[in-house]
Amino acid sequence: MRALARAISLVERRDPSVRRLEESLRDGARTPGVTGFTGAPGTGKSTLVDAVVALLRKQDRSVAVLATDPNSPFTGGAILGDRIRMQRHALDPKVFIRSMGARGHLGGLSLATREAIRLLGAFGFDEVMLETVGVGQSELEVAAVADTTVVVLTPNLGDSVQMIKAGILEIADVFAVNKADIDGHARVITELRTMLNMAPKGAWKPPIIATVAVRQEGIERLWEAVLAHRKHLQASGRAAALAASRLRDETAEVAAELARDRARKALEEDPALADRLLRDGTPYRTAEEILRTPTDN
Amino acid sequence: MPTATKPIRIVVAKVGLDGHDRGVKVVARALRDAGYEVIYTGLRQTPEMVVDAALQEDAQVIGLSIHSGAHMTLFPAVVDELKRRQATDIVVFGGGIIPDDDIAALKKRGVAEIFTPGTPLQEIVDWLRQRFPERAAT
Amino acid sequence: MKVRARDPKEVWQEEFESASVREDGLETSTISGVPLQPLYTSDDRPERAEEFPGQYPYTRGIHPSGYRGRLWTMRQFSGFATAEETNRRYTYLLANGQTGLSVAFDMPTLMGQDSDAPTSRGEVGHCGVAIDSLADMETLFDGIPLGEITTSMTINSPAAILLCMYIAVGEKQGVPASRLGGTLQNDILKEFIAQKEFIFPPAPSMRLVVDSIEYCAKEVPKWNTISISGYHIREAGSTAAQELAFTLADGMAYVDACIERGMHVDDFASRLSFFFDAHIDFFEEIAKFRAARRIWARWMRERYGARQERSWKLRFHTQTAGVSLTAQQPELNIARTAIEALAAVLGGTQSLHTNAMDEVLALPTDRAARIALRTQQLLAYETGVANTIDPLGGSYFIESLTDEMERQAETYFKRIEEIGGVIPAIEAGFFQKEIADAAFRYQQELEQKRRIMVGINDFTVDDEEPIEILRIDPRLESEQVVRVRDVRGKRDQAKVSNALNRMRKAAAGTDNLMPYILDAVRAYATEGEIMHALIEVFGTYTETAVV
Repeated sequence: MRALARAISLVERRDPSVRRLEESLRDGARTPGVTGFTGAPGTGKSTLVDAVVALLRKQDRSVAVLATDPNSPFTGGAILGDRIRMQRHALDPKVFIRSMGARGHLGGLSLATREAIRLLGAFGFDEVMLETVGVGQSELEVAAVADTTVVVLTPNLGDSVQMIKAGILEIADVFAVNKADIDGHARVITELRTMLNMAPKGAWKPPIIATVAVRQEGIERLWEAVLAHRKHLQASGRAAALAASRLRDETAEVAAELARDRARKALEEDPALADRLLRDGTPYRTAEEILRTPTDN
Repeated sequence: MPTATKPIRIVVAKVGLDGHDRGVKVVARALRDAGYEVIYTGLRQTPEMVVDAALQEDAQVIGLSIHSGAHMTLFPAVVDELKRRQATDIVVFGGGIIPDDDIAALKKRGVAEIFTPGTPLQEIVDWLRQRFPERAAT
Repeated sequence: MKVRARDPKEVWQEEFESASVREDGLETSTISGVPLQPLYTSDDRPERAEEFPGQYPYTRGIHPSGYRGRLWTMRQFSGFATAEETNRRYTYLLANGQTGLSVAFDMPTLMGQDSDAPTSRGEVGHCGVAIDSLADMETLFDGIPLGEITTSMTINSPAAILLCMYIAVGEKQGVPASRLGGTLQNDILKEFIAQKEFIFPPAPSMRLVVDSIEYCAKEVPKWNTISISGYHIREAGSTAAQELAFTLADGMAYVDACIERGMHVDDFASRLSFFFDAHIDFFEEIAKFRAARRIWARWMRERYGARQERSWKLRFHTQTAGVSLTAQQPELNIARTAIEALAAVLGGTQSLHTNAMDEVLALPTDRAARIALRTQQLLAYETGVANTIDPLGGSYFIESLTDEMERQAETYFKRIEEIGGVIPAIEAGFFQKEIADAAFRYQQELEQKRRIMVGINDFTVDDEEPIEILRIDPRLESEQVVRVRDVRGKRDQAKVSNALNRMRKAAAGTDNLMPYILDAVRAYATEGEIMHALIEVFGTYTETAVV
């Protein structure tokens, strides 16, 4: 288990040895099912993930949870507290929980996450849960990586469904209305339904599942919805298309990362280049020059 | 590609039954502000849970806070569990209601440092920086 | 020729502004951040009718005669290791003039676990007495006539169980429950907020509290059913205003719950009591206590429609601030405690615990405990402060500060109401965040030396003589383990199982649980067994940590 943990650290650090690891993992690597959970703070996401993990464990499936918390952009530090909600799975060898700080990287999160998922698959985990705080762009990043994205809402968010960030409704494959025992949950469900009816219809209609995570209620239906979505992806051919487009996206992101690193390195190590940039102030021309220059890589 | 700098990861927890978390939370914040990734595992942790979390999170450090007087049992239990899981490279430090005589004994048992009440947070950060000079920028 | 006399205040203003200001440790706000004026005058005196002790809203005290009628109760909190040891300490303290008992339990007992539970290892008897069953309780009060003293028990989640044990001990002594007097802390809301000794989720926890209040209203009428606490909230890092507001808000939540149960406010309100911190910022604390009485009286009469005067009167116990003590130069703690105790007395507390100087390091030695008690006796008999009622009443400063504390508390009440009440606010992490923020702010002030703590960030010494501290004999844990197993072996097992089964059924229903718990206790069911049975029905609670 420590090997896995260390490998994930390498992936987080974007260590070059990751590449070799990737290559060796490609053959025969199982792909675990990936389910993303996103939503505003206070919706009980961690508790919900914990409940799903409990369900999967009853079915003797092994589960990994990757929980991301934003890092402070200033100090790089972070307090990662999602594990607390999953205490009952502590010491279960078939449950692996890892907190990942977003480390302020634009897009860095999804690259590290994708690679971590591959590692988890290689280490034999059946399912991966991705959990994110739902601030900034993180839910889009989760949606880009997960097979099924669950958006978690609760009744007493203080604001109504309309106020929820644009885009979040589009990425949802399943809606979980958690804390369904609180007053107002019926209203949230109704508002959601109305909004979904107004939205352009796709081939998949995101189900709305009421849950009370602390009491393990609604979890089986939630998981059924997730599996139904997976089936739909397979049956409709979307799964293959998504996999292909994701591989393309990932490649583009890796290329961007390589280019970014190359540019930084060039600007640091070539004083003449840096001088010219400072004198002429032309980022585009300088960048193209850097990329044209062959490297010994 | 160049490696991004590696933030030091610290698992911070309260072991045992006591729930006084003012100190541990203040320390967690200070460590975050100093650039560390702090995994806060909360209250009522057992030594096994803390070590397991440290392994999964690939943490380099474990910080424990104990106010109940059970430190002479609980700190060594964590150290022993690290031994059992072959992870003695993980550094253990702590704080709480711990008399001076006990500090010497705990250090003999493998605890790297104990910070008593009244220790400035900066002292803890400085100690960590000294211990892990290759940590992240700033 | 007439010379116009200058306004003396103006004169003072001028002179003050041109006078030099000292640089060391001058602060312009209280420790909680309430801004302070350099001087308070009659202009700062609030517009209100003059207040009198024993009259609504009781700002100047709930008794017309203050301490002239009766001194505060000197109630030193103590307990360690075994019931036998603790029984010896109680006898010692009672012989030395302590006027009421206060029981501290160890962590396993506070958390509803028996001494031989795996998670109790290393924790038995360390911060209080280990009580596993009625047998231990009998030892604890051996030779102590429950009909003649009052006892305060500091315990929360398992409070109902310990109260039943106390009642059962009384029975054995031939003292009927109706004659028992004392206090049960039993304040589960502040556990969720600050001390974190919760077991069950909020709803069943509240049910147990209301059960105990309802039961005592009929069967144990002299018993203070709850000690609604601000102490722990303050110790967790809150400001004085937060301590005041959150405590009273909790109080109102309990009143609401009891009314929802169908009780009439006058049936239980007079047995609700409070527990505050006495921190080191002297005047702020005095203002806080006075504001507390005024606010509670107003809410009880105006909002809850309580008709009896005794329902309006806020009674409280105070403990001097543990967090103000230092491990460095611990003798200074004697002085700190004395000043804090003085604030409590000038604030009109009904009972008082003074900390011992070595409590930052361990449980107190006999000597340190005695000094702490003597400090109270000094205050009562040498200083004269107990001879005049509410001596600071009318002070421009104190009255102004009292009003300010009241204002700040009311602002918090509104915010809590907006979130939907205390329990929604707990679940939203509102209190926890306020407290964590205040704690962090305070720490930063210390570290940046914007606030001085003698011995910590100023006036330090390098070479300190270590003081002798109390050590708990580790053998006591193994002895207690033997004891609890012995009790389990010797009792009528069928009786225990039946009692627990009946209790479990009642827990799943809506009966008042107290009689069922009492039966289980009488049968020598252990605390752990009772708690486990309840956990089977209620479940447990994991908090959402707010760092």
